[in-house]
Amino acid sequence: MATHSNRPTSPHLQVYQLPLTGLISISHRMTGVLLSTGLLLLVFLLSAIAGGEQSYLAMQELMSYWILRFIYWGFIYALFFHLCHGVRHLLWDAGQTFERETLDEYAKIELGASLALTLITFIFV
Amino acid sequence: MDYQSALAKVKGLGSAKSGTEHWWMQRVTAAALVPLTFWLIGLLDLALNAPYQQTLAWLAAPLHTVAIMTWLILACYHAALGLQVVIEDYVGEAVKIIAIWVVNLTFFMLALAGVLALLRIVIAG
Repeated sequence: MATHSNRPTSPHLQVYQLPLTGLISISHRMTGVLLSTGLLLLVFLLSAIAGGEQSYLAMQELMSYWILRFIYWGFIYALFFHLCHGVRHLLWDAGQTFERETLDEYAKIELGASLALTLITFIFV
Repeated sequence: MDYQSALAKVKGLGSAKSGTEHWWMQRVTAAALVPLTFWLIGLLDLALNAPYQQTLAWLAAPLHTVAIMTWLILACYHAALGLQVVIEDYVGEAVKIIAIWVVNLTFFMLALAGVLALLRIVIAG
């Protein structure tokens, strides 16, 4: 399989400008990998709660640093983005919304919806 | 000439001995995680901002315990399925199988660790 390793692969990522749908597609994969590592942090958080009030307060103090808060909100956005594009995948699996003219439109709806969900969480929760 | 037994035909499985289960379970877990994420956001908000007793009381309510536990187990399953696809796409033949074992074992243990922490919170908390 690897005998022609010098050949360009398709799509040739150095010269090919990904369309919006392509960017969203690879972002879905990257946020998926990122969120998988986030599960490690969630279990860490649950263990901190289970460990008693001392470890709970230590966890809260750690999470009060602005850089960690920033990363936290990055995870929340990644979660909502992955969720919105995931719903899009489910629609595709149901055989819907394949029309070429509306692809960019749906991509923008996904981006808007994930941003809106993050803002709603930030403001109301 | 037909070498397939009647049973093999009914099951619809070839020599790989598995069909669309991986793909299907990725979708089933995704669909279930969408509404359950509501509870995850609720937990994260409390854990980062609320006093210890309030977070404990919230988590100890049976609906919340079950929702968070289900979210965690399904998310670990969903992550392992997703990471397997990523590994299959980018990792070479020799390392691939072991990498998938490592991923599956890691997320199995992560789910167990999370469930254990939740049980400690609910029973001992």
